[in-house]
Amino acid sequence: MSKKPEEYEDIPGTWIFDAERARKGYHLNQFLYSLMKPENREEFLADERKYLMKFPMTEEQREAVMKRDWNRLLELGGVSYALAKLAFTDKKSYQYMASQMVGVPEEEYVKMMLAGGRSPDGWRSKSERREN
Amino acid sequence: MARIIAGVGTSHTPAIGAAVDNGRTGEPYWAPLFKGYEPSKKWMAETAPDVAIVVYNDHVNAFDFKIIPTFAVGCAAEFPIADEGWGPRPVPPVKGYPELAAHLVQSLVLDEFDITICNEMQVDHGLTVPMTLMFGQPKEWPLRVIPIAVNVIQYPAPTGNRCYQLGKAIKKAVEAWDEDLRVVIFGTGGMSHQIQGPRAGLINKEFDTAFLDGLTRDPEALARIPPIEYLREAGAEAIELVMWLIMRGALGDRVREVYRFYHVPASSTAVGNIILEAA
Repeated sequence: MSKKPEEYEDIPGTWIFDAERARKGYHLNQFLYSLMKPENREEFLADERKYLMKFPMTEEQREAVMKRDWNRLLELGGVSYALAKLAFTDKKSYQYMASQMVGVPEEEYVKMMLAGGRSPDGWRSKSERREN
Repeated sequence: MARIIAGVGTSHTPAIGAAVDNGRTGEPYWAPLFKGYEPSKKWMAETAPDVAIVVYNDHVNAFDFKIIPTFAVGCAAEFPIADEGWGPRPVPPVKGYPELAAHLVQSLVLDEFDITICNEMQVDHGLTVPMTLMFGQPKEWPLRVIPIAVNVIQYPAPTGNRCYQLGKAIKKAVEAWDEDLRVVIFGTGGMSHQIQGPRAGLINKEFDTAFLDGLTRDPEALARIPPIEYLREAGAEAIELVMWLIMRGALGDRVREVYRFYHVPASSTAVGNIILEAA
């Protein structure tokens, strides 16, 4: 097992993209990377499952892609910058994707950001939130 | 001899580029941000440097997950604009400086920084948004650019101290180049932001302000900030700020702050901009 700083796992609401998650998410992220090409975006949107079958990722990962289950995709090794390409393929923005991860409508998320964003208070550690 | 005369710290939020490209800079959401960048843009036009070294990170565009270089120097004559998923930004290709880039690589490697050489590389918003903010929308960019891409995507990113030391080595390399060139160095990304998970939208103005202050007051102390502190205090993506320390390290011991601007939000990001002249 690789040894990684335990603090990585102590940040609430966050999946740090470390070597272990990168290994798990490799084919998922390579699929997302493929969406940089317009012809691939078209092919994917025409038949998502068929396109996903080209990549040796797990069935869980494929399901999460089709459901646009953003937090699950993070958990399964997706990295947000690659996930953004899926949002862009849907003609959505980073901001939309972030609001989905937070679980609020985009307008509400924008309102929070305009009011100065999320305060780090209460979000510094799981131990502080007693999530451990 | 070539000299690094100044440093620019700036966020590189993609939505800023989209606002410019779609003619939305006058909208109430965006107007204060672009107004805040006007003095920097003016400073840049008056300073008219010959070369920019732009330290930025690629966002899974030039590099997929097959190869993830920690420090990569762009040695090409030209860098095309990446299609990040919505078509390439309508900005001119970036002109490189292969001879100076090759010299940089040689000097840095002999200084024990193990640099990846990129002879072909697309550049993404990490590099082009700072260019747009500082140079506007010209038909051609007014100077040559050496991109330095830093891995901040897969952890661990290089430490703040390693970045700071790399900056110092860049200064030494530039000063060993015979041609009279005035060089500016950009440190991009940040400031506080998180664009993943239920904690997305995190902003920490106090952290950001202290970071901006530290660039002149005590950069050595900034270089000692452990990676986990960026994540905890300023959001998972705030680790990008280590790239500002490369810029700062390249300016020498003393700097003069010429301008500073801070604005929340651009999309999910606290936007910071600072101009530092080497004293």
